[in-house]
Amino acid sequence: MKYLIALFLGLSVGAAILVIALIYNPFNATAGLSPLSVSNSELITLSFSGVPSEAIMFTNDGESRLKPFPEKVQQLWEAPVRLSSMMVTAMRDARGGTAGIGIKFSSLSESTRLLQGEAMVDSAWYIYLPGRGSLFIEQTENHWQFVRDVMVPAYRSSANSWKGTWIGDLTAGPGALRTAAATGGAGSLQGLKMEAVESLLAQAYSLESGPVAAEGRLLIELPRNLQEFEGGSSGE
Amino acid sequence: MFILGILLGVAGAAAALYAYPAVDQQRESSIVLVAANGRNTESFHVTMPVDRIMVGAAGQKQTVPPGLEWPPDRVIRDIRVEAFKIRNARDTVVGIASRTVAEDDSGEIIDWVLHLPARGSMFVNMRPEALNGGYRRGELRAGSREFAPLSGFMTERWIPDTSGDADAPAGRIELVTNYVRRQETP
Repeated sequence: MKYLIALFLGLSVGAAILVIALIYNPFNATAGLSPLSVSNSELITLSFSGVPSEAIMFTNDGESRLKPFPEKVQQLWEAPVRLSSMMVTAMRDARGGTAGIGIKFSSLSESTRLLQGEAMVDSAWYIYLPGRGSLFIEQTENHWQFVRDVMVPAYRSSANSWKGTWIGDLTAGPGALRTAAATGGAGSLQGLKMEAVESLLAQAYSLESGPVAAEGRLLIELPRNLQEFEGGSSGE
Repeated sequence: MFILGILLGVAGAAAALYAYPAVDQQRESSIVLVAANGRNTESFHVTMPVDRIMVGAAGQKQTVPPGLEWPPDRVIRDIRVEAFKIRNARDTVVGIASRTVAEDDSGEIIDWVLHLPARGSMFVNMRPEALNGGYRRGELRAGSREFAPLSGFMTERWIPDTSGDADAPAGRIELVTNYVRRQETP
């Protein structure tokens, strides 16, 4: 009997050691600087609130930590869409003014590999910028760093929350340099093939309601030979 | 025995994480028809109003969903965003979609994005003018995952319900996609 108890305790400790090793694995370190941060090309910089209740509309299965907003919005409870969410939000330009509307579709990805530090999300953005046109961004996101640096400390906190400053790129592909693929649909962006990176600045997180203070940012790199592009894009 | 348990625990947990997918999206069988010209045709629809998630536009008296507040900024005053659940030919919800309508210098812009979690997303830029039969047709501009290598078009059409049943829906938006794999350029 005592051998069985020892074996059971050993199994539990072993599994716990693996989980701790995965979370604090130094080889799953931050990916580093986004290639668009040092780009010489013209960039469109858009920001949006990372807090669902500050969006125009946010919906998911209704059972997740992030609550749908407005409260009575239809939820995505059907099995094929249960692991997905949809957000409609105002997009702000680099000066903080409203630049357009963004719609984000996100689904947990089957390419998630926790052993390799990959908590993946397949997502797509549709953005309409009045005066410029529309564009579509498709990407895979890796939320592992966010989970490790923000959510795990929130679990460990007696207040079930986290405060601090976390900045990181969420985009992990499909571009070879961890960039998203952007395609212009209408207006002056029509037909353009671009690259983009989505990042997040988180300052407060609650286990009860998710992000409390967070801002997302999209950097969209315009093609180098684009001469006629007009508007308030920010060259960074 | 305790040390052996630790080793087995580490190995067992690693094996479980490796063998069992952390995420397993529910899949519905695709219902794809092959047209006479060799293109693949797939049909989706939105049952109205039950599949409508949101109607976002300025100056609405009754909002969908209740409590929705469209930002008052002039910049986005002329944009209308609708969000839907989309169903396949078996009337099963398989994804979510948005339809955005806006006015531009070049005229009306109508864009659809269809997001099917287990398969990928499609971005379709519609031509504003309606064709004979009430169709509107648009080009598949971009896609992700399964739809990334495809090119083609999609049609939209409003089909009102004519059953006369008291509890019948108002109608449905029929979306028919027609695509083919793009030729790779050497």
